[in-house]
This record gives sequence, structure tokens and C-alpha cells, in this order.
Amino acid sequence: MLFSLLRNETEAEDAAQETAIKVYLNLHLFRGDSQFRTWTLSIARNEGLGRLRKQATRREDSLEADTDEQTGDYTPAILTSWREIPAEALERKELGAILRKAIESLPEIYRNIVLLRDIEEMDIKETAAALDISEAAVKVRLHRARALLQRELAPQLKGFAPKRKGLFGRRV
Amino acid sequence: MRIDCKHVWEHISAYIDGDVDPVLRAEIDKHLETCEICSAVLDSTRNVVVLMADDRVFELPAGFSQRLHARLDDVLEKEIERNE
Repeated sequence: MLFSLLRNETEAEDAAQETAIKVYLNLHLFRGDSQFRTWTLSIARNEGLGRLRKQATRREDSLEADTDEQTGDYTPAILTSWREIPAEALERKELGAILRKAIESLPEIYRNIVLLRDIEEMDIKETAAALDISEAAVKVRLHRARALLQRELAPQLKGFAPKRKGLFGRRV
Repeated sequence: MRIDCKHVWEHISAYIDGDVDPVLRAEIDKHLETCEICSAVLDSTRNVVVLMADDRVFELPAGFSQRLHARLDDVLEKEIERNE
């Protein structure tokens, strides 16, 4: 979820760490009136949105500032540990990139639903609570989101069919 | 009731989630038996859903856990110092 919001691996990892710290420090505030996962995800979402706001402010500031200040962390350190990876993982990584790109291109209301429902695998009720919308709205948006993703991804995912026996069996 | 392709597409998401009533499910199943287009749409939509739920597709970067623990240890240490 954080990667989809922030679109930068280093920033997303930092936000995930910050979320874990906030969850730990605020555990005493968790009242149990929602699922722990829902509570944690709302903290993560707030953390991500807060960073997005800061980024937007920084971009405004930088219009007047020295452009050199913008040369930030373009090469995340974590990528170095990904040099040696098995072919299968490489394929998964490529697949993940295709999926992420498609999800990121969704309008926000659909993206949020997909992130919570299909990636975090929250149920309809939890998703509705996390986004503060009705369960009927979750179902409608989820349907549209999946339809948009299917249209975007089906032609691209064909290439992954041979090694994923069973998944695409009926289409090839 | 006889349903057409458009009708099937409208219920695909709910069908995948097992959230359609038995009568409608039976109608959709019957339609799918003879309609290759709807079968393909259903399969590809289901594939997308399956792939998104696959932790291996969105796996965390290598070393994520160690870095997280290191940072949490750091915070814990500072908390303890502050409370002393």
C-alpha cells in the first residue's frame, strides 16, 4: 500500500518502518473497536498521505530554491541486494512491476479498494470500515476496479501463462 | 431466466468472491459452459485477483525485516533511556 502511495521504494520502506514504530508507541490507544489490521493500515495510510503532502510542499518550495537540493536518493540501497536473484524471482519481479503499474494507474477510489481488498485481503466489512464507505460501495468499486485491471492486464499477462500452469489454462 | 454476456460481466467480481445467490450462480455457470468469451473474461479477472493476493508477487525487499528490527531496537533503546 505504501509503495503504491509513495511510488518510491526507499520512501515506502521508511514509511513502513515509521508505521511500525507508531503502532508500537500507540498500542495503548488501540481500543479493539476495529480489527488490529484495519487500525494498523489506517496508521500506514496516514503516514503515507502525510509524506505525500510533505513532498508536495517540498516541490512548491523547490520552485524558488536551488535545484541542486532535489538530487535525492535515486539509487535505493536496497536494490543492491537484488542483483543475484533466481530466474523465477526475476519473473515475479517483472510480474509485480506490471501489476503495480496497472494498480497505480487506477483512479484513487478504485486503487484504495484494490489495495485493501485484493492485496491486503481484508474482507468487505473491514474494507468498508477502513475507507469509511458502505459495503455496497466497496462491492461496486471493487467490481469496476477489477474490470479495469482485467482490461489492462489480460493482454500483458498472457506472456506469463506457460510457467503458471492452471492459472491461465482456459485461455491458451 | 436466461442471462446474456453483459449480465455475466456485471456479476463477475461478486461471482469470484462467492457473493451471488445460488440461482444466479447456476445461471452464470450454465452460460459459462457454452460461452468462451465469458469464460475467458472470468478466468483472466480471477487470475488478476489471484496474482494480487500472492505475497510472492509483492514481496518485501531483501533485508527489510532486519532493517525494521534494527530501527525498532533503536527506538526502544531511546524510549528506555528517556524513562530512566
